[in-house]
Amino acid sequence: MTTLLPRRATRTHKAAVSLAERLLTPHGIDRYLELVDPLLVRSEIRARVTHVEHPTRDTVTLTLALSRAWRGFSAGQYVRVSVDIDGVRRTRCYSPANSQYGDPRTLELTIKVDPNGLVSRHLHEHAHVGMVLGISHPDGTFTLPAWRPDFLLFLSGGSGITPVLSMLRTLHDEGYQGRAVFLHYADAADEVLYRDTLADLAGDSIEVALGYTATESGADVHGLFTPEHLDAVAPGWREAETYLCGPPGLMDAVRTAYTDAGVSEHLHTEEFTPPALEIDTASATGTVRFSRSGQETANSGEVLLEQAEQAGLRPEHGCRMGICFSCTQVKTSGCVRNALTGEISAEENEEIQLCISVPVGDVDINC
Amino acid sequence: MTGLQDRLTPEQVEEFGRELDAIRQRIVADLGKDDVDYINRIIKAQRGFEVAGRGLMYLGFLPPVWLAAVASLSVSKILDNMEIGHNVMHGQYDWTRIPELNSKTFEWDTAAPGDNWRHSHNYMHHTHTNVLDKDRDVGYGILRMDPDQPWHPYYLGNPVYATFLALFFQWGVWFHDLEVDRIIKGELSWAETKEVRRKMRAKAAKQIGKDYVLFPLLTGPLAPLTLLGNASANLVRNLWAFAIIFCGHFPADVESFTESETENETRGQWYLRQILGSANITGGPLFHIMSGNLSHQIEHHLFPDIPARRYPEIADEVRAICEKYGLPYHTGPLYKQLASVAKKIVTLALPPKGTLRTLVGGHTGRSTGARQVTVDAPRDGVAA
Repeated sequence: MTTLLPRRATRTHKAAVSLAERLLTPHGIDRYLELVDPLLVRSEIRARVTHVEHPTRDTVTLTLALSRAWRGFSAGQYVRVSVDIDGVRRTRCYSPANSQYGDPRTLELTIKVDPNGLVSRHLHEHAHVGMVLGISHPDGTFTLPAWRPDFLLFLSGGSGITPVLSMLRTLHDEGYQGRAVFLHYADAADEVLYRDTLADLAGDSIEVALGYTATESGADVHGLFTPEHLDAVAPGWREAETYLCGPPGLMDAVRTAYTDAGVSEHLHTEEFTPPALEIDTASATGTVRFSRSGQETANSGEVLLEQAEQAGLRPEHGCRMGICFSCTQVKTSGCVRNALTGEISAEENEEIQLCISVPVGDVDINC
Repeated sequence: MTGLQDRLTPEQVEEFGRELDAIRQRIVADLGKDDVDYINRIIKAQRGFEVAGRGLMYLGFLPPVWLAAVASLSVSKILDNMEIGHNVMHGQYDWTRIPELNSKTFEWDTAAPGDNWRHSHNYMHHTHTNVLDKDRDVGYGILRMDPDQPWHPYYLGNPVYATFLALFFQWGVWFHDLEVDRIIKGELSWAETKEVRRKMRAKAAKQIGKDYVLFPLLTGPLAPLTLLGNASANLVRNLWAFAIIFCGHFPADVESFTESETENETRGQWYLRQILGSANITGGPLFHIMSGNLSHQIEHHLFPDIPARRYPEIADEVRAICEKYGLPYHTGPLYKQLASVAKKIVTLALPPKGTLRTLVGGHTGRSTGARQVTVDAPRDGVAA
């Protein structure tokens, strides 16, 4: 009897939802529930800001309560966050900083203001308790292996701390028994995010070291990254599975160090600022055709998303840096260059990401 | 009657087009939070009327409450179809990138599936506005709404067909998207319409299911009253939508065009045709909202993808431009426009002068005899 009850309850619940959907066709139950409370929606994830903090002058930390469709995440993954700015829905990717355990309906985002960034500036200036955001299911493969390695090294710079902090907090909650070293870079002492949290995490298994890039003293290492920093704080680092997230300069320097040491297979990375795209507008040729909307434009050499927007189209998109795949569209013919990797592809009816694809000659996009 | 291309010199048409483009650019640059807040307010009101209408049916045994329920549900359906559905599906809010306001995915509370309607309305009607044999909204394939449509004894029933179309307008639109006339002409094969028919069946089942089965059953012993109430709300919406839409293109002085007139049309010439082929309806702010701002049919046809709430604010400017170029700006109160449309429906039911003799003279075919006569005596059908 006891085992039957929940099942019967679920069945009744399902029948009720199905009836409600039939009654509320064509808009569906969510379009009514959201008018009562945006967080009541069933099929998409919404978040309500429950706490706002400005840990440093140019960052904001948001604590979010999530709606019921949220199914949790793995430490290191990111979510797409949507917010309406002047009537237009904008979407960007952010990595939660909290542990994957704990309250399953809570998320903590720490966002650094990009002076040219629409969304980060908006959230920094206007985020308030009660604000409602759209959240996607988590995505990304920057995660720890299920079988936790014995020796882990975490490297981050600036707000790149968030995914690795999530990993460290997760390991801490698991009672990780191996050895984890975390080296975090900031310009100076007052720019260090989560200083108190890091102090709390440090213990037998987790060692925390700081690097100041713009100050000569007060940290464990100083100046821009060099392999010697690793020798100093994490001897034997060549053996460690390494997780890296930070600004492009740090990412490049660490990649070079790992390649030189012949251990690049140990290095796992997450980009959080767009790597420089290779754009050459001088030698662009051909015509870009957006077949669904009937628009046509001379190839300017910029990425297709920019060209589409300049042609007056508004294709769906998210990160604008080749991560989130929101802008994927079918290229029916023509040749594009991936501005991140330089890879050239001339396949027909191929799905491409508009935000990082540059047309090479004539291109037809079903958009 | 001045031909479409002869009204303005090519230079004038171009200048005229530029002036209209300037209005468009100004509005597009100004779109923002207010527009989204507005449509969200309308959506909220529509949902409110809908819930109230469905709820009041439980007290439907009290005649005044039943009437209130019908009124509430009628308003809900009218707002949903006109100010929300029609306008959202035109892509007026696509710039917001908000999925619920996206033209490609929006679905409305009427029998016609959004996908089918988007094709026949946004493309066939708005591109080919009032071009005979191209714009399938001219008479919806069953009425004679233009003297250049060849007369046939079938059209003696014009007023009857129009009455039925008004009463069952949602099903008229539903059926319209099947493009039966093109199937008959052989331009479209039955097999090609498979997907369209599948969508028609699915959507019709859902709409009938909620209005005529589920909601009535949920009111238990009141089921017959609820069914009658839901049918009445659908009827009110049908009559209202038919009236507004027929007043948009068919009052007496609104023009129609031939395919050859519109060949190689420039943007300015396209604008010109939209103005000559559309008519506004005068009224207050509430009337404009309830008509989905189709009371600004002229502005809507010029800028179908600009949020409709913007039409009233640009109407004076559009009218001034029309005056400047000596173009008519058709407008009038609803009763006057409706009377004009009704007169046209009745007048065009009858053969143009001389047709009967020709028919008696041996031409029984639907097209040849009649067409010959209309070429000889164009437009005398509405001359009266």
